[in-house]
Amino acid sequence: MLGALIIVFREVIEAGLIIGIVLAATRGVRERGAWVGLGVGVGTIGAGIVALFAEAISNAFEGAGQELLNACILGAAVIMLMWHNAWMARHGREMAAEMAAVGEAVTTGKRPMTALAVVVGLAVLREGSEVVLFLYGIVATGTSASALLIGGTLGLAVGAAFTALTYYGLLAIPPRYIFAVTTVLIALLAAGMAAQAVQFLDAAGLINVLGQRLWDTSGILPQDGILGRMLHTLIGYTDRPTELQLIAYLATLVVMAALTRVAAPPRSARAAA
Amino acid sequence: MRDFVLALAPALVLATLGGPSMTAAAQEFNLVIRNHKFEPEEIRVPAGKRVSIYVSNEDATPEEFDSTALKVEKVIPGKSKGLVRIGPLAPGRYEFIGEFNADTAKGVVIAE
Repeated sequence: MLGALIIVFREVIEAGLIIGIVLAATRGVRERGAWVGLGVGVGTIGAGIVALFAEAISNAFEGAGQELLNACILGAAVIMLMWHNAWMARHGREMAAEMAAVGEAVTTGKRPMTALAVVVGLAVLREGSEVVLFLYGIVATGTSASALLIGGTLGLAVGAAFTALTYYGLLAIPPRYIFAVTTVLIALLAAGMAAQAVQFLDAAGLINVLGQRLWDTSGILPQDGILGRMLHTLIGYTDRPTELQLIAYLATLVVMAALTRVAAPPRSARAAA
Repeated sequence: MRDFVLALAPALVLATLGGPSMTAAAQEFNLVIRNHKFEPEEIRVPAGKRVSIYVSNEDATPEEFDSTALKVEKVIPGKSKGLVRIGPLAPGRYEFIGEFNADTAKGVVIAE
């Protein structure tokens, strides 16, 4: 039971942190609950499908199918997060003004929730497929179904509580700053995902360069501890990054910043010319 | 200038994305998962080189080869094989676990 609880919790907080940030970033958007719910639902179904075909995926592409799938999922999420931030750079200011004027609860829902719903779906897909495989393993080894159910449910509940904590923690930020804060959080989230994605490409054997370890902080802040794990998901903390990972991380931040600049509305007609 | 960059781009892509076939023959090792344990539990590999570990899961249940030290997370379904590519490693000990059976499935890669 405890095993189920720990694994489910671990995977749920990773997806949960992302959901918490998405919810905070879309504060005041009408129907965002439905979009996020759709992301979770489709992601869960996807997780089941990935788990079902785990062996076929694993054997695909000369044994690198799983790594390539992970890299693609992360890459797609990075692109969606970039799109979101670029959109926010263009329309964020009007929205913030509107929120201040009308009150946060009733702002218009004219926002591309698709991008963030996809990010939620991909996060749930990635973490969820591991949960499904793990739980299947427990069932197959004959742990009683009730113990499994209790463990899994408790893990899910604690993970969900964590998501709520992230969300309400972010909501404590004054509305004026919330977009600025979530934009930075989303940029760091994307950078961390990009660093993970290139590591999967390396593990797939597709990239064979810049694999040297840059530093090792596992003694101070181990990545597999609870804090290390959370920072890993949130800002892409890695205790033993490779050169390529650092490059991917920084490059993503640079691209994000550049996109934000390009997308930002001109301050005056002159600046636009 | 633009033409030059365009001409160079495919070459650069090829150089960066040298496929598995272009890898200078990675040394191969074998690992078996049986009764939720790794056999052997200790693998000695050369430092500074890329290494391929073929993990054969003989159990009926899936396992996840997991190691933050080696930067690997790989699910190996029951009764099947998985390829784990690691390195180049600095000399040292790198622990790994089977995440789905973390109590029993433990092992270490020693790079020297």
